[in-house]
Amino acid sequence: MAIFLPLSAMVFFSFMTELPLSGKPWAFTLGNYAAFFSQSLYLTLLLASLRLGLEVTLWCVVIGYPAAYVLAKVLKGRSREAIFLLVILPFWSNGLVRIFSWAMVLREGGILDTALNAVLPFKINIDLMYSYPAVIIGLVHSYVPYMVLTCYLTLQAIDDSLIEAGRSLGASRLQVLKRVIIPLSMPGLVAGAALIFVPVVGSFMEPRILGGRTGTFYGTVIEDQFVAVFNWPLGAALSFILLAVVLVILAVASPVLRRAA
Amino acid sequence: MATTRILEWLGRLYIWLLLAFLYLPIIIMALMSFNVSPFYQLPFEWTTEWYASLWQNDQLIAATWNSVEIAVITTIICVVLGSAASLALYRYEFRGKKFLQAMLFPPIAIPWLITGTAMLIFFFGVGIGRGLHAILLGHVALALPYVIVVVSARLQTFAPELEEAARSLGANQWQVTRRVTLPWIMPGVIAGGLFAFAVSFDQFVVSYFLATPGQTTLPVEIYAAIRKGFTPEINAVSTIIIVVSMALMLLTARFFKFGGEK
Repeated sequence: MAIFLPLSAMVFFSFMTELPLSGKPWAFTLGNYAAFFSQSLYLTLLLASLRLGLEVTLWCVVIGYPAAYVLAKVLKGRSREAIFLLVILPFWSNGLVRIFSWAMVLREGGILDTALNAVLPFKINIDLMYSYPAVIIGLVHSYVPYMVLTCYLTLQAIDDSLIEAGRSLGASRLQVLKRVIIPLSMPGLVAGAALIFVPVVGSFMEPRILGGRTGTFYGTVIEDQFVAVFNWPLGAALSFILLAVVLVILAVASPVLRRAA
Repeated sequence: MATTRILEWLGRLYIWLLLAFLYLPIIIMALMSFNVSPFYQLPFEWTTEWYASLWQNDQLIAATWNSVEIAVITTIICVVLGSAASLALYRYEFRGKKFLQAMLFPPIAIPWLITGTAMLIFFFGVGIGRGLHAILLGHVALALPYVIVVVSARLQTFAPELEEAARSLGANQWQVTRRVTLPWIMPGVIAGGLFAFAVSFDQFVVSYFLATPGQTTLPVEIYAAIRKGFTPEINAVSTIIIVVSMALMLLTARFFKFGGEK
């Protein structure tokens, strides 16, 4: 409830020409939405943000799913509990601080640079800081625990006897994975993907810190409207467009993904 | 079976690699807070001067107190309101209950950015404005669903016969709640409270949009500092935050197994 009132206020504001409290006269307008459609910059940035969300989600699946499988099906007892806790512990610690910690690793002359040069016989310069890959790495680091958590929950619920049955009927490991394990764990994958995609599309702090000048995304533009340019109505319109796009994507994706399950 | 062994071994190795990916940057960040060089240059030389200089940073200390204060008040409000709401949802049937439950679920389909900007606009529009009180309101709204989810989960394991037994032995409604129901849900209440504290203490995006100069929280202050340039002081305060929130979560894990084993 607490979020729907603010959201409706935002929709209201997004049709205004001026902030009502700034003393200037204001009127209703469609201009803020027209700005989005008339300038290709906003659309380009929105697409860049969606692509970022997609890439980060895919990497989280690639990295997180196997980890969830090992946790659910290989590890047992206390070591499983301990490692599970270790994996999900970071996502309750401050996201900002974790993004900052990657700056330490990725900068030129940072740890990655120093370590690689100490090991490799030839001189290379690793300067990933302020680049697109740096943003991806930081975001994957922030969000991969979600994927591990949701996949672990569904994988753990799969009865081991189903896997054994498949194997004893002559299926190879790969076939069991493809025909039994992945379909049964699909709800976890979908939930994890949604939990990751939504916040990543709206991320602005991570691209700012790790992306530098290359880190201009849709989220950073919205941030600017509120804290730098003070064009709140435009910011509200841009926010609302983002929300609408995200909701449409979730709505379109959910039946497709559910059918796959 | 040899293949199984090898695969299991590879799986374990993989998990350790993932843990390294998750923790190494944080460890490096923490180590750098003890390094002499202000430009993070190696070789490593031990110092605690960055922690000492934190004490001189009045702005940061003020922001820290704001963060702690807001987190504590958020926790208290959320625990009281959240537990009451969970009990009401558990005990009573009423019109629109399903709808209310759906609304109370943490709004995962909305990016943080939009939650933050929408709250800013709303608080501004209704005259609450910005500042610490607005941040507090925002945090309560964000943390309340977590408390309700956790306490309700605990209530699912409660046997209503216990309340009936107490009532048939002559206890009144208040006594039943205080002596039977509350002790049972206490682990959920404590875990929910710790969640609420963590949500509030670590919250950045919403606080960021609701903060004003001079009325900020620690994460907002750190973000401003990071954007001015990296200093080991930031490492020091970040290290403190990480240690505090991880300790808090380990504490939570003792009270509440988040979906681990059934």
